[in-house]
Amino acid sequence: MTEHTGPAIQSARQRVTQKTKAPVWALLFESIVRGVTGAVILVLFFLMGTILFRGGGQITPEFLLQAPRDGMTAGGIFPAIMGTFFVVLFMIIMALPLGVFGAVYMVEYSKGGLMSRIIRAAVNNLAGVPSIVFGLFGLGFFVLFVGRNLDYHIYGVPRTAEEVRQIQAELAPLRAEAQDEAMALADEQDIVDPAEREAFIEQYVEEQMPAVSRTVFGQGAMFWAAATLAILVLPFVIVATEEALRAVPPSTREAAYGLGATRWQVIATVVLPQAKPGILTGAILAVARGAGELAPILFVGVTFFTPGLPLTEPINLGLFSIPVVNPFEEFMHLNYHIYTMATQHHDPIGTRGIQFGTTLVLVALTFVMNLMAIMLRRRYSRKG
Amino acid sequence: MSSDSEHRQEGRTPEREGVPAHGFSPLLVRQRLRHPVSFFRRARERVIESGVFLCGLASILAISLIFFFLFKEGLQAFRMVDSPAQFISSMGVQLEYDYEEDDVFVAGERREFAWQPVSDEPKLSFIPLMWGSLGIATLAAVLSTFAGIGVGIFLSEIATARLRGLVKPTLELLVGIPTVVIGFVMLAIVAQPLRQIADAIGLAGIYGSTFNMFVGAVGVSIVIIPVIGSLVDDALRAVPDDLRAASLSVGATRWQTTWRVVLPTGVSGVFGAVILGFGRALGETMIVLMCAGNAPQITGNPFDSVRTMTAAIASEMGAAQVGGVHAQTLFLVGAILITITFLLNLTVELVVNRFRRKIRL
Repeated sequence: MTEHTGPAIQSARQRVTQKTKAPVWALLFESIVRGVTGAVILVLFFLMGTILFRGGGQITPEFLLQAPRDGMTAGGIFPAIMGTFFVVLFMIIMALPLGVFGAVYMVEYSKGGLMSRIIRAAVNNLAGVPSIVFGLFGLGFFVLFVGRNLDYHIYGVPRTAEEVRQIQAELAPLRAEAQDEAMALADEQDIVDPAEREAFIEQYVEEQMPAVSRTVFGQGAMFWAAATLAILVLPFVIVATEEALRAVPPSTREAAYGLGATRWQVIATVVLPQAKPGILTGAILAVARGAGELAPILFVGVTFFTPGLPLTEPINLGLFSIPVVNPFEEFMHLNYHIYTMATQHHDPIGTRGIQFGTTLVLVALTFVMNLMAIMLRRRYSRKG
Repeated sequence: MSSDSEHRQEGRTPEREGVPAHGFSPLLVRQRLRHPVSFFRRARERVIESGVFLCGLASILAISLIFFFLFKEGLQAFRMVDSPAQFISSMGVQLEYDYEEDDVFVAGERREFAWQPVSDEPKLSFIPLMWGSLGIATLAAVLSTFAGIGVGIFLSEIATARLRGLVKPTLELLVGIPTVVIGFVMLAIVAQPLRQIADAIGLAGIYGSTFNMFVGAVGVSIVIIPVIGSLVDDALRAVPDDLRAASLSVGATRWQTTWRVVLPTGVSGVFGAVILGFGRALGETMIVLMCAGNAPQITGNPFDSVRTMTAAIASEMGAAQVGGVHAQTLFLVGAILITITFLLNLTVELVVNRFRRKIRL
């Protein structure tokens, strides 16, 4: 970056402005430029202020720690918070090693060769792909291709659309029967809340149906959503890591080579430790970005209501047991909660409070992470 | 001594005092390297190198798979329609009202550009969706080009280093706000007052719907103004200082320097920034889905509802039966979208390359 506020130019500027008086239109344009920038910053404060003001009263321990109740008009958003958390966690676990070592390959192994130019082109294109296209890709590749094929090879579930339709038609009477039973059971157990009722019936029917009709991998799931988001944030991780690696002075590498280190030893003991703050900044930005996207996961497992977290059988350790999140289940998500509550709920005006509360939680999460990344980068670049 | 050799066998070094926090010190490195390069170590190097190479392949694989699967699914739509011309227009019946019989009768056929994918005879014209996408992206680009260039000029030419250090992170925070949140705030707070303002200044006649193209474009602008501003700033700062110094030294004011020297030199960089912003606007999903009305129609009125390509995919894919003509057509819409953004990015790349060559002269 060139810095053009050096002393020579500053003084030249001063002398020029002292001698010549700027014409009115120049002043006008300059104040327009200032005003526009101020307005853009005001927009940020307006957004933050409104969300804080309207959502602040909503934040109670109950709101943060309970599941929605009474047709989503009361209760909290706990499953959505946890769903967002786990999706992002799985995402960064997948994206970080791929991205970091991808960048290591570009900078340390290929060193501007043909391969690294191809990777750069791929990364640039990947960064320009609209987020909804990632959603289509997640559905077409992860769910329909990978998931359906896994189901086919492991459980013998049919994978082509015609076969699925055929088997669904055969099982239709059985399904209807199970549905009636579930409704009777729901009446018995006094489940009146529509969303809860629907979830209960769906779960009951799924349990009653034979294994052949059940899809395990070939349906929307937290894992596929995380994988889709991992591809979305891959360019961010790669670019951040690349910058961090390039900032490591060549002399330190040469010193290590001079001591007889192999290439991997140089990378693992010299380059990566020095690049760590930069990589961490990239990872935090990637997490913030991944938590803020909805379009990529719309068709890969995000759902309006689940009564709790999707859990598998807990791992029993004798004294206590660890609950385990089942990544092959559907999940709730903060973004989706805001979107559906605002556009598809039967009472969008009456539940504005919940919507603003959810928005505040989401904005707080992403805002804090972005702020952390900015401050980390600042401290790091000042040091170097 | 004995503990030292133990550590060596494990290939680890003990923590020592005086080692910097980032873990690098010549002492540490030397300790780790005491072994000569053995066969085992060379084999390990090869294994690691191929592992790292595979990670490098990941992004190439990802972008290839995205293109492949979108086109694979999308092209199936061609096999499911009678003729590809259906994606542009279809013949619909012209209904007229018979006053004597008090009934509606079919008066003839007419060409329709309609997107009605869920009906007995699905109408699958892409034209309304493309119209919506182009309309919103153009409107948003117009709104945010001026503002974005203004922000860029401010950051690069006017702001002091300190002010810049405050404004730039603020813009980054604005970009970091989830788009759902911006869509939601536009929908819940901004859309209604905008309508009242429009009514107050006498636009009530043409202000069609509360959620319309204009509201969507304003929302999208919030996202792309900081993007364009930041890129314009980069482009202008890449203009060599010699030019500014020369201009100032012959008595030009700061504004004359900016307007006649810096901007013309950096114009291709600025152009690239605007195209990139346009591409972002085309691909934006949640904001247009939530505040542009989501009604597929061809309209010249910026205050009417539209449905963009992205909104069509987002709102319809969940209900569409995969393998059916509707879902595959939506995949085709996605394939078209990714092709358009790919071409836009390519243009930016070429323009920016030219810019780099120019300022090197």
